[in-house]
Amino acid sequence: MSAVFILWLRQLKRYFRSRARMIGSLGQPILFLLALGFGLGPIFARAGRGNYVQFLAPGIVTMAILFTAVFGGIEIIWDRQLGFLKETLVAPVSRFAIVLGRTLGGATVALIQGGIVFLVCVAAGFWPAHPLLLPLALLFMTLIAVMCTAIGTALGSVLQDMQGFQLIMNFIVLPLFFFSSALFPVPDRAGAVRLAVRLNPLSYGVDGLRGALNGGFAFGVATDFAVLGTLAALLLALGAWLFARIEA
Amino acid sequence: MTAPIIEVCDLVKRFDGFTAVDHISFAVPEGVVFAFLGPNGAGKTTTIKMLTTVLAPSEGRLMIAGHDPVAAPLLVRRAFGIVFQDPSLDDELTAAENMELHGVLYRVPRVDRRRRIDALLHFVGLWERRHDYVKRFSGGMKRRLEIARALLHRPRILFLDEPTSGLDPQTRNQIWEFIRNLCRDERVTVFFTTHYMEEAERVADQIAIIDHGRIVAEGTAATLRQRTHGRTLEDAFIALTGHGIREADAAPLDRMRMMRRAWRR
Ligand SMILES: Nc1ncnc2c1ncn2[C@@H]1O[C@H](COP(=O)(O)OP(=O)(O)OP(=O)(O)O)[C@@H](O)[C@H]1O
Ligand SMILES: [Mg+2]
Repeated sequence: MSAVFILWLRQLKRYFRSRARMIGSLGQPILFLLALGFGLGPIFARAGRGNYVQFLAPGIVTMAILFTAVFGGIEIIWDRQLGFLKETLVAPVSRFAIVLGRTLGGATVALIQGGIVFLVCVAAGFWPAHPLLLPLALLFMTLIAVMCTAIGTALGSVLQDMQGFQLIMNFIVLPLFFFSSALFPVPDRAGAVRLAVRLNPLSYGVDGLRGALNGGFAFGVATDFAVLGTLAALLLALGAWLFARIEA
Repeated sequence: MTAPIIEVCDLVKRFDGFTAVDHISFAVPEGVVFAFLGPNGAGKTTTIKMLTTVLAPSEGRLMIAGHDPVAAPLLVRRAFGIVFQDPSLDDELTAAENMELHGVLYRVPRVDRRRRIDALLHFVGLWERRHDYVKRFSGGMKRRLEIARALLHRPRILFLDEPTSGLDPQTRNQIWEFIRNLCRDERVTVFFTTHYMEEAERVADQIAIIDHGRIVAEGTAATLRQRTHGRTLEDAFIALTGHGIREADAAPLDRMRMMRRAWRR
């Protein structure tokens, strides 16, 4: 247990010490919020869908968590290249404890980053419809963070170096984001996009968070919770299994 | 006569059909300073990785401090400390934080941990710099910190893979003096590699020489010199391993293997 804690703490220290990384990874979500929120806002309103910034904010918070979490997980690759990974691999600690500590650390960082973006959204005009449901929103943010960090951990355990970085970005992270209903509502009519959104685990995170903040769940709160919880657990197990196979 | 603390029997490691370690056997008694010497690419680091549970052997039997690294890795990991050939510190933490992290991972009780960290940082001359980030340290300071860290949990065996490479003569002397005191005071068994033959000659009680994955000679510095009629251990080393540059013939082969692996993906 203390091993899990100290590895979690390490992750947080590294986060708070690198302001550049912290501010850098805020840039993208804020850009999306401002450009899309205010650029597409009038069209969204004309289509009778209401306030776009209000709709978009949960998606942007999810985006911040997704990006920070996946890259927090992938940090394993840096640790492998800079050598620190070996120190943990020869420690008398189960590989599962190491993965758990890293994943919880990465998830906490992602959660903080998501919280900051949430405040930025509020500054841009977003306001939660049901403030009493904020704890539910926090729960969904946590589940998204754990699930996405576990994805990163699994990828980081398999990849040897940062060369696969673009691949991950373009074929995993961005598709997860764009087909998650973060930017647009789940289509009413059946089609390729609706299928993609429904198959995308992140959609259930966006839906849960949006439901908790704005009211109205597309998939139902129980479904969102069940899908996210199950996947977070499964991905954590997968990450641990892949990590256990690492030979330095 | 007690059982040896490290026992290696017919150990083999193959990478994709290439045999890096080829049926080696040796034993290291407790409390001994053991030098494992060999040219570049001979298989030293690969052997250490197998002894320290990082790599699984392809064949052979291993016994470290009474346990099998394959069957009981956690018990073996508790028994040794290691300084890897390549750096393994967290650059974005301070020296003290790196030590603390290690102490917690190895479950050294808090009070003992504090005391031991203080003593070791004094011992390696880094006490004043304990709150500095490791990224600001010189190579020698990092090495000293790694040695201190490896000793934190009072291991019975200390593995040192080229602990003095790239260091100036003063620092090298200092490190060996430090390690010798340690063996005397704490009865740690030391297993090290180096390319500085005069270091091995001065420090090691026992020496094994590995080349192309096979052990070509074993003994004390004196017996190896006698056997080869060399004046120094360096003469003996060159007589036993030849004059050719080993990596030159290994490199093209390695490159081919790497490409084959890359294509297969
Ligand atoms: N993961 C690996 N995959 C393929 N070949 C490897 C791998 N690790 C080591 N080798 C090969 O095994 C051989 C032994 O390597 P090793 O690192 O054990 O040598 P060494 O004796 O430590 O050399 P040096 O003195 O240069 O550190 C080399 O030919 C090396 O290329
Ligand atoms: Mg080596």
